[in-house]
Amino acid sequence: MSVTIYIPREATALSLGAHAVARALSDEAARRKESVQVVRTGSRGLFWLEPLVEVQTGEGRIAYGPVQAADIPSLFAAGFLKGGKHALNLGAVESIPYLKNQERLTCGRLGVIDPVSLDDYRAHGGYEGLKNALAMEPAAIVKAVTDSGLRGRGGAAFPTGIKWKTVHDAPGPQKYIVCNADEGDSGTFSDRLLMEGDPFCLIEGMTIAGLAVGATRGYIYLRCEYPHAHDTMTQAIASAYAGGYLGPDVTGSGRAFDLQLRLGAGAYICGEETSLLESLEGRRGQIRFKPPLPALKGLFGCPTVVNNVISFASVPIILQRGAQFYRDYGMGRSRGSLPIQLAGNIARGGLVERAFGVSLRELLYDYGGGTRSGRPIRAVQVGGPLGAYWPESKFDTPLDYEAFAAGGGMLGHGGIVVFDDTVDMAAQARYAMEFCAIESCGKCTPCRIGSTRGVEVIDRLVAGDRAAMQQTLLRDLCDTMLNGSLCALGGLTPYPVLSAIDYFPEDFSKAAALEAATR
Amino acid sequence: MSARKRVTIPIRIEPGSDLPAAERAAVLEAVNRNRALEGALLPILHAIQDRLGWIPPRTLPLIAYELNLSRAEVHGVVSFYHYFRQHQPGEHVIFLCRAEACQAVGAVALEAHAKRALGVEFHGTSGDGRYTLEPVYCLGNCASGPSLMIDRELHGRMTPERFDELIGATSTSAASASGSASGSAT
Repeated sequence: MSVTIYIPREATALSLGAHAVARALSDEAARRKESVQVVRTGSRGLFWLEPLVEVQTGEGRIAYGPVQAADIPSLFAAGFLKGGKHALNLGAVESIPYLKNQERLTCGRLGVIDPVSLDDYRAHGGYEGLKNALAMEPAAIVKAVTDSGLRGRGGAAFPTGIKWKTVHDAPGPQKYIVCNADEGDSGTFSDRLLMEGDPFCLIEGMTIAGLAVGATRGYIYLRCEYPHAHDTMTQAIASAYAGGYLGPDVTGSGRAFDLQLRLGAGAYICGEETSLLESLEGRRGQIRFKPPLPALKGLFGCPTVVNNVISFASVPIILQRGAQFYRDYGMGRSRGSLPIQLAGNIARGGLVERAFGVSLRELLYDYGGGTRSGRPIRAVQVGGPLGAYWPESKFDTPLDYEAFAAGGGMLGHGGIVVFDDTVDMAAQARYAMEFCAIESCGKCTPCRIGSTRGVEVIDRLVAGDRAAMQQTLLRDLCDTMLNGSLCALGGLTPYPVLSAIDYFPEDFSKAAALEAATR
Repeated sequence: MSARKRVTIPIRIEPGSDLPAAERAAVLEAVNRNRALEGALLPILHAIQDRLGWIPPRTLPLIAYELNLSRAEVHGVVSFYHYFRQHQPGEHVIFLCRAEACQAVGAVALEAHAKRALGVEFHGTSGDGRYTLEPVYCLGNCASGPSLMIDRELHGRMTPERFDELIGATSTSAASASGSASGSAT
């Protein structure tokens, strides 16, 4: 009988050799005349174990990892097709503590199913949310999303239901659903994992959004740095059309929803929703003044829902299991679960989906296992390049939008980048300004010019050139950027800069200290 | 006299008539395939760059003409986006991640090494025309950095040694290597 083996086709696994493993496995199986069927899946997000190979046995899926092509002969020799003992045997994949201790509401199918198989998707609860939605009035769908407490997972955490209601109530012959898949924040990859591992979930979420607000056209704006996600999404959209889940008559309901995939072109600012809309319309990705809100005048001037990938992908389970089910997870005003991404210098990096409320410390040490380098953690940056750098003293903060804001930080898209004690925080602050200068759309002065001036001031500050004055100047500049920028790029770049100075002042006075010591 | 040949005086040269055939074909095909799309310019630019590897500045008048846009508008879009390239790249493009998660695991040192090994700064092409080095701000491989992508192939946990293997440093730096080798042999 043929044995089913699962090997990811997801980008991180590929970057660590998954294709070579799949090839070696097929070759070795052929040589030994073993009958195997290899299914290429998404990744479960346990990246330190990738490439993770799973074998279907009578006792469920047994995991082996990290597997390299050279390990394949010894795996066969150890009888891994029957779950045999081997140094790389991790036991039943579902019982790996990192995975077992998660609450995978949105990401439950990642690594489990063949991402481009509609049958697999349906066999694992897929399109049940849409089925329920089709039996509901649009306003009732909006209400369910509102009641679930879902807030925008892209970073701004705006209540999704309220945004949908605005579009639902807006008059207009044409409305749009736009998915922001321009996941530019360093340290984040949950959008990518979802698109590569469960693309139908995003398609279903967007279709439900279309039904809810009366939009018949949707766009996914995907960053061009994600070619693998592009391939998977392209295949999935084609299958969804072929299966009758997209098009003029969604599953025979008489309701239309068309979906197109569009590629960005390497501009971070296009993750800002109005820039994204400009880009989709074929222009420079310069931000728009608000108001009008995109919900009222968005794409091509029409009422438009713009949500992040994870926001849309959280909708099917809300419609499938009910608003209350989703709402029962979380804390305070942060309801449901957040796919958290452990990145940077971390021993066990990857995806941890937990209900809101888990502490940073638990994530960094219990899940993450400390740094990859084995040195102490000195700083973490949460929320992407515009997030604050936090020291150890802040690690007991629970993951909750309000708790992070109260602590002077930002939860953002849930990416956590870890740095060990070799990090130079002055260099990180300088980079934050440099990045803003490179990626500024140029529309407003505080961001366009302030970022360049910021690099210069930090250089002088670090060089010990009239340091006290430079620090005053830098704080003044940050104040201008924070309050005077049109969007979050210029407006939040001061966060990493000021937090680096406030929590790690010693890194900014090395030149001055050296001078004092040698004087 | 009715057989007198009719002469058309070219009032203006048809845009793109002076382009190399391959570039003209790439533009027209990209335009014709995508022009019905809403907001067609980015898909068209992608299609051209996919085909030619870059967007030659001399193609802009034809793109503008076909889409009924001004050249300034097309130039504005091409120059706004980091990914669109107005210089011909080498055979392969290396996108090296500079973002924070990769910095935390040695991206700065890798960047210095890559520039040294290829003998280029960012946006530059190695002397043998094989590699163009580009910065990229996140490839989404943030738990397995430092990361780089060569063309469309992603590589994680990159080290200077693995970088050299990957680009076949022995062949690209053959000039300097053979120089020192012959020096020691004589």
